[in-house]
Amino acid sequence: MPGMGGRMSTVIKAKISRLLDRAEDPGETLDYSYQKQLESLQNVKKGIADVVTAKKRLQMQSQKLEQSVVKLDTQARQALSSGNEDLARVALERKNVAQNELQSLDQQVTELEAQQEKLTDSEAKLRGKIEAFRTKKEVMKAQYSAAEAQVRISEAATGVGEEMADVGLAMQRAADKTEQMRARADAVSELEAAGTFDDLTQLGSGQDDIDRQLAELSSTSQVDDELAKMKAELGSGSGGGDSKQLEEGQGA
Amino acid sequence: MIVRISNEGQYRLDDALHGRLNELDDAAVTAVEAGNEDGFHEAFEELLDVVRKQGEPVGDDDLAASDVILPPADLSFVEAGEEFTGDGLIPEPA
Repeated sequence: MPGMGGRMSTVIKAKISRLLDRAEDPGETLDYSYQKQLESLQNVKKGIADVVTAKKRLQMQSQKLEQSVVKLDTQARQALSSGNEDLARVALERKNVAQNELQSLDQQVTELEAQQEKLTDSEAKLRGKIEAFRTKKEVMKAQYSAAEAQVRISEAATGVGEEMADVGLAMQRAADKTEQMRARADAVSELEAAGTFDDLTQLGSGQDDIDRQLAELSSTSQVDDELAKMKAELGSGSGGGDSKQLEEGQGA
Repeated sequence: MIVRISNEGQYRLDDALHGRLNELDDAAVTAVEAGNEDGFHEAFEELLDVVRKQGEPVGDDDLAASDVILPPADLSFVEAGEEFTGDGLIPEPA
């Protein structure tokens, strides 16, 4: 349609006309188009497999983080009940970071699931169009003169070509998103490698570099709130003698 | 008129809807040019909604090409800046 704007439609039209320019003879155009369509369907299948792989990786990471959250919470409680408020604070800060990461991972998994669903839909649509093209191809070969067949092939190939371009776009978007998530997952792995979510009992006394960075990262007020809540729970659990003990522990 | 929503599919629409689509398309362009993100999403979603609700889905065995191709529903505002420019996606009535 003349005067149609938009980068997306321009790109799609260019792709289709490149496809059709390759062959002059109607029979050749038919076979070439059909072959390209089947290749494109294979690519969609590969694209879906990539998304599934990325999703599995994120899910595994999410499980590991969940374990870390539980472990750090337990350690914070243990530290607090033995009067080491500083260690409890460090544990809570780390828990806070792990929880934030967990939330963002879960969100990404949901997004990838949506992408996977969309790609599966696209694959089914494209398969339907290719099947229709295959049927029409035989009719065209049998019924029309070369000139007329050329026009009709052009039309049919444009329809399928548009579907292929659309699937291509969906795959591109899925790949971009997967790439972003991979970068994010790598960042979490780095935190893990730096020992952020490791066993706190193996830490020496005093704050290290990671702790200072974490204190900046995690919201202090959230940690304070959680610490206060934990103190209250522990206090009420053992008859109120603890708070004095904790203050002494803090002063030491 | 056949309209494709990218990553969703094609819809056959009554030509009489061209004016309404064009209005929403122009509203999206205006919002993008003004840097009005909320305004853009409002117009764009309404545009997609009209196509989805007023259009008949085109069957998988139909190989017709689209007259208009709309971007996917999850288009970001930054991407919109590349799509919704000038006359927008829907051609102005001749």
